[in-house]
This record gives sequence, C-alpha cells and structure tokens, in this order.
Amino acid sequence: MTDDRSLSRRDLFRLGMVAGPAALAASCGWQGGPLMPKLNSISLFNDWVGEKILLRNGRLAPVYPVSKRTPSHLFPSYALTNPRPEPPAGWALNVGGLVSKPAVLTLEMIEALPRVTYTVKHHCVEGWSAIATWTGAPLSAIINMVEPKPEAKYLRFDTFDHNYYNGWDLKSAMHPQTLLAYSFNGGPLGAAHGGPVRVYSPIKLGYKLTKYLTSLTFTAERPGGYWEDQGYPWLGGV
Amino acid sequence: MTDDAQPAPETKPEPKPEPVVEPAPAVEAAAAPVEPAPAAIQPEPPAPVPVKATKRPLVKRHHGIVRITHWLNAVLLLGMIASGLQIYGAFPHFGPRNGPYLPNPWDGKKFPESVRLGGWLAGGLNWHFALAWPFVAGGLAYLLYLITSGEWRSLLFRPRDIPRAIQMQLYYLRLRREHPPQGKHNALQKGAYSFIIFLAIISVLTGFAIYKPAQLSWLTALFGGYELTRYWHFWAVWIFIAFSIVHVLLVFLVDPASLRSMITGWYRGRFPSHD
Repeated sequence: MTDDRSLSRRDLFRLGMVAGPAALAASCGWQGGPLMPKLNSISLFNDWVGEKILLRNGRLAPVYPVSKRTPSHLFPSYALTNPRPEPPAGWALNVGGLVSKPAVLTLEMIEALPRVTYTVKHHCVEGWSAIATWTGAPLSAIINMVEPKPEAKYLRFDTFDHNYYNGWDLKSAMHPQTLLAYSFNGGPLGAAHGGPVRVYSPIKLGYKLTKYLTSLTFTAERPGGYWEDQGYPWLGGV
Repeated sequence: MTDDAQPAPETKPEPKPEPVVEPAPAVEAAAAPVEPAPAAIQPEPPAPVPVKATKRPLVKRHHGIVRITHWLNAVLLLGMIASGLQIYGAFPHFGPRNGPYLPNPWDGKKFPESVRLGGWLAGGLNWHFALAWPFVAGGLAYLLYLITSGEWRSLLFRPRDIPRAIQMQLYYLRLRREHPPQGKHNALQKGAYSFIIFLAIISVLTGFAIYKPAQLSWLTALFGGYELTRYWHFWAVWIFIAFSIVHVLLVFLVDPASLRSMITGWYRGRFPSHD
C-alpha cells in the first residue's frame, strides 16, 4: 500500500504516457506520416456522409439580395495559369463519356438553354466567403439532354487552365442550383472568373467550381481532381 | 494494483469526526428534498485539523465510461485544437473576405508550427474531420451514460446551486472559514462541468454549421450566419484551453486524489463520491 503522494506521482507518470504521444502528434506541423492513408479513408467516409446523408437534392442554399454582394473587383479569383488563361479559338464544350447522346455545345447553345440567375454565398475551403450573382444553364438540363448511361456515376470536368480538372458526384451535379455559368454580377465571366463557361453552385466549395471548362465526361469510376489528388476532401460539399 | 484488491468496493464513508467538507451522509440524505442544512448549523471543529491520521476508505468514484471518455477527450481535443489552428492559418480573419473583420487578437497571424497539426490546409482539414467523429461519439456515449445512470444529478448546475456556488466562492476567497458541505462535486464544480459540456455541444454544432453551411443553413443562421459561426467556433477553443489549464491546476491544488480516481476509478480523498 502506498500513500497518496506517491500514488499521484505515479498517476502523473500515467498521464504523461497519454499526453506525450498526443503532444508529439500535435507538434511540428505533422501531416500524419503513416496515418495519412487512414486519414484519407476517413475523408472518403466523410464524403459519403456529405453526399448520402447531408446533401438533399431539394434543399436550396440561401440566396441573398443584390445589395449584399461583394464588390465585383473584390471578389477573389484563383487560377493556376498567370496571366489568366484565354479560351482557345473556336471554343466549344464537349459533353461525352458514358452518355447516349454526346454533344458539342457552343456558348450560344448554352445561353439558349433555360436560364437561372441567383445571388449566393461563395465558400472557400480557406475559410472566407463572398457573395456574387451568377447566371447560367442548369447543369441538370445538359445532363438530361445527353442521357447518361446507367453505369455513369460521376462527372469529370476538364479545363484549359493548365492541368486543372475536377470530379463531381451526379447528385450534386443534378442539384437545381448547379449551373454551367456564363455571367458574373450581370456581365460576362471574363478571364478572371473562368470564362467562357464555368461550373457554379452554392452547394460546393470554391475549388469544386471548375473554371475555364473544355469538357464534361461521364464516368463510372470516381475522377480525382487537381486539389483532391493532393489531399483535399473530394466531395467539397457545403 | 494492490488497492483494487481490497474488498468492499462501494464503501460509504462512515460518519467520523473528521470531515470539514463532508456533511454526515445521513443528514444529507434526510434533507435531500429540502434545502440542506446550512453548514453553520453543523458543529464545526474549531480549526481544521489535518486528518492524515485517519485512513479514509477507498471508494469507487468514476465509472469506466466516464474515465475512458475523459482521457479520449483530452487527446482528441488537443488534436482538434491543433488541426483547427492549422485550418485557421488559411484565412486568419473573421468576416467577409475583404473585411470588415470581427475583433480578434490573432487577426492576420498564423500560429507557430509547433502547435499545428496537419502540415498544410488539407492535412489540417483531414485531421479535424477525422477526429471530429470520435469526439462526437465519445461525447454522446458520455451524455448517454450521465442520463441513464442518473449521474447527471451530481453534475448539472441548477438554480438551487447559485447560493451554494456563492458560498463556495466566498470560501475560496477566504471570506468564509469553513468549507461548505457538498456532494460529489461542489456547486462551482457543477457550474464548470455543466458549462464545459454546454461548450462542447456548441463547438460541435458550430463545427457542423461551418462544415455544411448550405445543407445546414438553418443551423448556420441560428448562430448568426457563416462568418459569426466560424467566430464562435474559434472562441470556443480559447475557453476550452482556459478551462483545461484551470481544471488541471485545481486537481493538483485542491484534490490530487481525484487524478487517481479519473484513471483507476477509485478514490481515497477528502470529498464525498456520492451525493
């Protein structure tokens, strides 16, 4: 039998056994080392929760009055290419992959589709937000037009911005607020915001809203993505 | 461990002249529905005599679920905070992208690498979202245990604890000589523990609200919108850190025996282990 004093010293030692590795893990900006694959698997589980449980097709992200808009020149714009990439001559959007009716869409054809305009909040993975007005064709209209085959489960977006690419789940792509946008705050998208056509949706983080589109490809396998391949969450739903 | 082998686990402390802080259990039980007799009525020894001589009984103080979730929380919270500070560095402001920003002593600053977990934004996010699950699961297991076992009664701060908390504070300020009578926890402890559970719930809710501000927009709106929700989530961190420092200090200053009870479950200290 030991007295209270030495017991608490022994307990202190035990506490150290627990706290030590935790503190070590927290120090030095550790990424996870051998635990990295585990973390990525959990991230995939989080994607599953985000898509299958939290994402409701009918639930719309809040819309804002135009007066709440971030001034256009202050709305951040990121791209891999600097200066901002210009569309190749004779630009058109290729829609293909696992579909019955592949299509090549010019900007005029996309603009002729039903038109949606909303003012919504943009959420960046970094933690900032900004509000802007976007106009475009619902992506669901294009998906319905090309008739995906039953085995098509994902949508891959490719761009003329270096090697930037991105993958989406079809449920998010079919969301009524997911657009192929061609207008920012009432004007054209321009080189800063991904013109001539970009993906826009208030239900995904900014890095999922692929700019400078060249093609949409329906796939059975989950496409990666420029940032996702480096470790960012794949779903990126908000 | 030799102590655990000792028989008679749920030994109730026998009434003995010793406890300044322990009201005679029988009196406490009888007075339970009514306001318990104020300490002044109890005969107090003229001066608190050190009670080292009396061997106190070893009693079971903390259930296994409480101990496991407690230490799980300690580790998880450390990881959640470290990865959260990593995430913070990607946009070290609160408010819209171009301001105005909410008051924040760390505005525009990054935290040193030694307190960050994840290495870069993606790493921080993956750690944060991975640790969130066991944090929530542990919290739910703990709350479920509190409710089903009835242990919440000794922990939940209720209006009747207000005068007791004042008395306890007076004692700590040395404005009251004798330690007020208490059950498993004194009224200030009840306040602190009830508050920290509330804070954990707020942390989890604000966390989900900034994780899915569109899908859970009702929740985000409840906290005042995305930017404010992120702000509350950040302040919860500093309250957790302040709580933890005071918590650990008080363990060693007031009741070192309680550390053992949070590890083994068994307690041989000067406070009652049951209300």
